[in-house]
Amino acid sequence: MNRFAQLLDRLAFEHARNGKLRILTDYFRHTDDPDRGYALAAMTGGLIFQHAKAGLIRTLIAERTDQTLFEMSYDYVGDLSETVALLWPARPAQSAFIGDNSPPPPTLSEIVETLRDTPKAVLPQALAGLLDQLDETGRWALLKLITGGLRIGVSARLAKTALALMGELEPDAIEEIWPGLAPPYLDLFAWIEGRADKPVVSDPAPFRAAMLAHALEETNLASLDPEDFVAEWKWDGIRVQAVAGYDDEGVVVGRLYSRTGEDISGAFPDVLEAICARNFGAAAIDGELLIVREGRVESFGALQQRLNRKKVDAKLIAEYPAHVRAYDLLSEDGQDLRALPFAERRMRLTRFLETRTPSRFDLSPLVPFSNWEALAQARRDPASAGGDAGAIEGVMLKRVDSLYVPGRPTGPWWKWKRDPFTLDAVLMYAQRGHGKRSSFYSDYTFGVWREGVQGDELVPVGKAYFGFTDADLKLLDKWVRDHTTNRFGPVREVEANRKIGLVLEVAFEGVQRSTRHKSGVAMRFPRVSRIRWDKPARDADRIEAVEALIGERKAGV
Amino acid sequence: MSDGSRSSPHLLTPTSAGLYCAAGDFYIDPLRAVPRALITHAHSDHARRGHGAVLATRETLAIMALRYGEAFCAARQIVGYGQAVRLGDVDVSFHPAGHVLGSAQVLVANRRQRIVASGDYKRAADPTCALFEPVACDVFISEATFGLPVFRHPDARREVDKLIASCAMFPDRAHLVGAYSLGKAQRMMALIRQAGWERPIYIHGALEKITDYYAAEGADFGEIRKVAAAERSKLAGEIILCPPSSLQDVWSRKFPDPVAAFASGWMRVRARARQRGVELPLVISDHADWDDLCATIRESQCAQVWITHGEAEALVHWASTIGLDARPLHLMGYGDEEEVTDEAQT
Repeated sequence: MNRFAQLLDRLAFEHARNGKLRILTDYFRHTDDPDRGYALAAMTGGLIFQHAKAGLIRTLIAERTDQTLFEMSYDYVGDLSETVALLWPARPAQSAFIGDNSPPPPTLSEIVETLRDTPKAVLPQALAGLLDQLDETGRWALLKLITGGLRIGVSARLAKTALALMGELEPDAIEEIWPGLAPPYLDLFAWIEGRADKPVVSDPAPFRAAMLAHALEETNLASLDPEDFVAEWKWDGIRVQAVAGYDDEGVVVGRLYSRTGEDISGAFPDVLEAICARNFGAAAIDGELLIVREGRVESFGALQQRLNRKKVDAKLIAEYPAHVRAYDLLSEDGQDLRALPFAERRMRLTRFLETRTPSRFDLSPLVPFSNWEALAQARRDPASAGGDAGAIEGVMLKRVDSLYVPGRPTGPWWKWKRDPFTLDAVLMYAQRGHGKRSSFYSDYTFGVWREGVQGDELVPVGKAYFGFTDADLKLLDKWVRDHTTNRFGPVREVEANRKIGLVLEVAFEGVQRSTRHKSGVAMRFPRVSRIRWDKPARDADRIEAVEALIGERKAGV
Repeated sequence: MSDGSRSSPHLLTPTSAGLYCAAGDFYIDPLRAVPRALITHAHSDHARRGHGAVLATRETLAIMALRYGEAFCAARQIVGYGQAVRLGDVDVSFHPAGHVLGSAQVLVANRRQRIVASGDYKRAADPTCALFEPVACDVFISEATFGLPVFRHPDARREVDKLIASCAMFPDRAHLVGAYSLGKAQRMMALIRQAGWERPIYIHGALEKITDYYAAEGADFGEIRKVAAAERSKLAGEIILCPPSSLQDVWSRKFPDPVAAFASGWMRVRARARQRGVELPLVISDHADWDDLCATIRESQCAQVWITHGEAEALVHWASTIGLDARPLHLMGYGDEEEVTDEAQT
């Protein structure tokens, strides 16, 4: 465990991608099976412990520390695992004595096996026992494993890239077989080290690493030829992959994957049924998961009702029927189409949907344009071009000759998001951030004016915690500390009245009615786009301006 | 609470200018210029210039003179550790605080009450200054820079081992160690020598004056070299001590692929290290950690504990749970020298 803990600790402080790669390959080279395989699983999200969860950690620490001191500490540190690792009552340092007989700290494999195999009833003691045997860094690493969020700046992709470097392979070669592999990846390491053949993957419905687009800056357009591209609407749902295939006994296997390869079939039995239907055949479709009612695409808010659920009931399915708008066809009847140009894949996708007519699937329409100005016009006003404006967040540009390449290659695909709405709001409350921003007041609740009983008053309309630079954050933090009028635990109330107040320009993607918020509205994806040091608080926007935007979104539908 | 209030039942009264003793008409570590000041140690947030008369240890007065010039106050008086001085109706004496060279706790006493203003202190061993001595009292006034139970400083020697190991692992990179110029830097030099490092230790010019003073007072740091501008690119594999603010300076960029290390108690919390762009955090502090704060308060046998600055809330809470009368003083103006960027050093 110590090696793994040191690995995480070093990675957490290394900024450079190449530095991280060097540390990772060094670790994989010099660590034995199966420890390194479990480490790889931890970094790629492949370790999930059924019973060991954050709640268990809270229970254990509650038994060992004063509640108030724990809360103050957690508020300060901003990270549960780290707080508990630091607070955990340390064992007397036995190893300092000559003739030390204490057992060596547990290995990563021993820890993984303990967490996986220990019955729920005795897991608390087992976990406490492990924590007792580790030092602060070891405890931190163990708790990170359990809570799942390593947050060491290493993506699954980076870990696989490090493996590829080790074996002088392309990262995609590992990506290809990845869905069929399982921790501790003995066969994978054997292949990478040239001790065995490439592992044979037998998953009939594998995930294929998704192709992603870079954000388009308008300055990019000058160098792009409209002739080379087609455009589609960028639908505001979640990107999915619908895959069906047949196992050795000819039984159909269907899966719905998220963009990152997570199997979300369980939450969408309606879509899964369509994937497993006879007419779908063996195919893989890349598309957008949406809620469609009576032919109309609903807002993202509707889709949220169905996300992150383990089980769904018939009522929810009937009320929020799921649907896939198809962007691409990655495989058909067992044939991999990803090496074909987009135009050809699109033709086959069109034919697939026309001839097989799978239910809950339809074709993402193209947006016709002859020049960039025409496309810009369509992007500004999706309704006029015939889209469900409320569920469109911009346009996608795809080169007609683009192959389907996993990852985010520069050039073939661009996303061109609609300009966000903006609002000038007044900062009302600030809360200390978490993670990198712990100890800074970095979460801001802002409000707009409305008519109250005693004249104008501010009503909170949202909360934002990003969009500003580190330099801005320091200034905002100082402003909050200098203008605090009240404290509620980690939250500070700041001066916000007609005379004194800080105006934030907030950018957001949309507004919905909400019964949960005092103001009656909820913003989507709000962030601070500018700090209006110059603007008097009394000149900030009013609630009527926000309400008008709800109308605007509906207008296009 | 107004300055000079005589209605206070205590020998010391917190005022906006710092702790005031009416019976002796003096302030301890005053935050602005006053006629009479007792100074616990020479860090700039405690030792300000412009006072009338200053009473402090010989080392503290000498370091203030080094930093501010000889004219930093109108009159000064040296007090040795343990030596009693009568001021007005009270006796005062200075006792080692273990924080930096010359640092002291101030005991103010009369027949009714003993009250200790401990300034900044630590309990861990430090070869460059006298070890903290517990002083029994009725009221103990404590700092709480690391007043949260997450702050438990590890053995400083193990932290320095990490630095030495990193030098071995990355012989092609210069190791810049941010360390506060008064106290921390010199303690680091002593620790690095204890760890067996025999090469010269390089220092930023801002550390020179205080380091020379420590050496003149008997500290043996081995060969210390001031970094010359032209030499920076040749210091791969070497240890260079500098003020923390210099880690981000243009100054640091001329070194070969520098590793940014920082010796501070704040490095215990990863987010704090990351916020500062530190790659090699070294958890080494000249302040008491949580366990030592608690142990010191108990050891003082006080009935009341006042918290001057830092994370007062948690310590006040803890003290209440063991039956002490605890209160935060909310004195504004004491920073933490490990956190603030270095003041201009004269």
